[in-house]
Amino acid sequence: MLYIQILLNGLMLGGLYACIAVGFSLVWGVLNVINIMHGSFVVLGSYVAYFAYVHLGVHPFASIVLAGGVLFALGYLLQIGLINRVVGAPVLTTLVLTFGLDLLLNNGMLLAFSADYRTVRLESPFGSAIVGGLVIPLSRLYAMLLAAALTGLLYVVLIRSRMGRAIVAVRMDREAAALMGVNVNRVYALTFGIGALMAGAAGSLLSLIFPISPLASTDFLGIAFVVCVLGGLGSIAGAMVGGLALGVIQSFGALFIGPQHGLTIAFALLILLLIFKPTGIMGRSGYE
Amino acid sequence: MIRILISIIVVAAIAMLPLLGDNYLLRLGTMFAMYCVLALSWNVIGGYAGYPSFSTAAFFGLGAYTGAILQGAGVPMFAAWIAACLSAGLFAVLLGMAILHLKGHYFAIASLVVAEVLVEIATSWTSLTGGGMGINLPVLRISVAAQAQLFFYAMLAAAVLAFIMNWLVGASRIGFALQCIRQNEDASSMVGINTTRYKVIAFTLSSLFVGGAGAIYASWVFYIEPPDVFSILLSVKPIVMVLLGGAGTIFGPVIGAFVFIVMEELVWRNFLSFHAAVLGVLIVALIFFLPNGILGVIRRRRAARSTEEGAAS
Repeated sequence: MLYIQILLNGLMLGGLYACIAVGFSLVWGVLNVINIMHGSFVVLGSYVAYFAYVHLGVHPFASIVLAGGVLFALGYLLQIGLINRVVGAPVLTTLVLTFGLDLLLNNGMLLAFSADYRTVRLESPFGSAIVGGLVIPLSRLYAMLLAAALTGLLYVVLIRSRMGRAIVAVRMDREAAALMGVNVNRVYALTFGIGALMAGAAGSLLSLIFPISPLASTDFLGIAFVVCVLGGLGSIAGAMVGGLALGVIQSFGALFIGPQHGLTIAFALLILLLIFKPTGIMGRSGYE
Repeated sequence: MIRILISIIVVAAIAMLPLLGDNYLLRLGTMFAMYCVLALSWNVIGGYAGYPSFSTAAFFGLGAYTGAILQGAGVPMFAAWIAACLSAGLFAVLLGMAILHLKGHYFAIASLVVAEVLVEIATSWTSLTGGGMGINLPVLRISVAAQAQLFFYAMLAAAVLAFIMNWLVGASRIGFALQCIRQNEDASSMVGINTTRYKVIAFTLSSLFVGGAGAIYASWVFYIEPPDVFSILLSVKPIVMVLLGGAGTIFGPVIGAFVFIVMEELVWRNFLSFHAAVLGVLIVALIFFLPNGILGVIRRRRAARSTEEGAAS
């Protein structure tokens, strides 16, 4: 029974992890850029949800739209204004650039919001349900379901919409897509915007579950790293599988080794995977 | 020849620093020498070979802890420093063999995460490292001024060694092989360069003196803790310095380290709470306005002038 409970906890956590990582994976796959800012984007999304709740009384689940919108605009502008100029440069250039931007963004958040940990306390908390002896914290369950729905929505957008098809086309072959009349720079900006949007949405879901602080951004970035490498780069299914796998592994790791080592387990796993199977569980693919 | 002469004069001038008797300048000089070690070391793997390594912090922290633990166990200070070089080097050989087959982002992430894992190990292994409480080093029984000079010269010696190492690499087959790898790794392996071997050599060379600098730093500040000596900034700052000066050159990292420390002192000291943000602005400006570094700009000017003169005559 204990193991089933832990499995369940892991899956609920994993759904959120997948939502954190899917935007990161999309940007990495399509732009070949590792966005070090991703963790700060998630935190910024949490702050949007927090302040929307405290000042306007907007429920964090409804803030997904708000946080997503704010982050999409930020991401789109950053890509159009700065990152597009170096998108074809060596790996080191884009890495160092996003690292520099992250220092700026994170320092800005520290100054504006301070390093104190804040939490959203709902006036009517969801509580937990007990089903057949299993305790299910409802806020986590709902957040996980919403995260899964969002990830599914992104999948549909990529497969069905014109914009999604353009993104996939650019991912497969940039030159060929450009020859077919796709505006590659605009697609890059949209992709980066969507990556930021997913981070912001994940942030507002997480604001109910994890304490919010600019200091948490590296944890989220680390999770995104591990999920991408674990699941394999370049597909939404990969991010889902990677996220769920990481959630379950961390939950069991917390049971057997201790909860304070959650991220260490993830990082050790990451190094082992990179050494032995760098393509991840699902292999590399292109959002077909 | 003239470059050797310039180098000797510069080193001699820096070595005179204690004569000024200004403790603040001496501390700054020690930091400068330390930054030179980090930047020159990173230049071997990142500049010559073009591999985006973020392992500097891992080597530095490992060296610092090796030095601190050995000194705590009663090993003489100099022996502890040398042991720190060797432990970082050994670690780099093993790590390099494990992760140097990765390319691009995958290598960058793997090298970045290593430091995070080491932080956790250092924090959890309380019996050996003192855990999150950190570790205190034995106090030296000499005057404070003599200590400051001792650590300054130690760091300067490490910097000179790292500089000579850079020079030798750049002038040798190793440097040539690494530059081939940077330009096209598959092609270099086809013409008979043992790419794995040279990459591991470069990675190891980029670790030795960083480990030593970590141990000297630990002896210098008397107290280390995991987040301090494994800080991600220790991996990023050398990269910024090398890009600032000019990657893959011999003098670039030194020039970059100098400009960097001047900026760090002048700007950041006055804006403490914006410290990270100013570094961020510096990085963004660097990428857009100085993509080839200071030496790159100078070279282009010189090239432009010589073609102008050629056209005039």
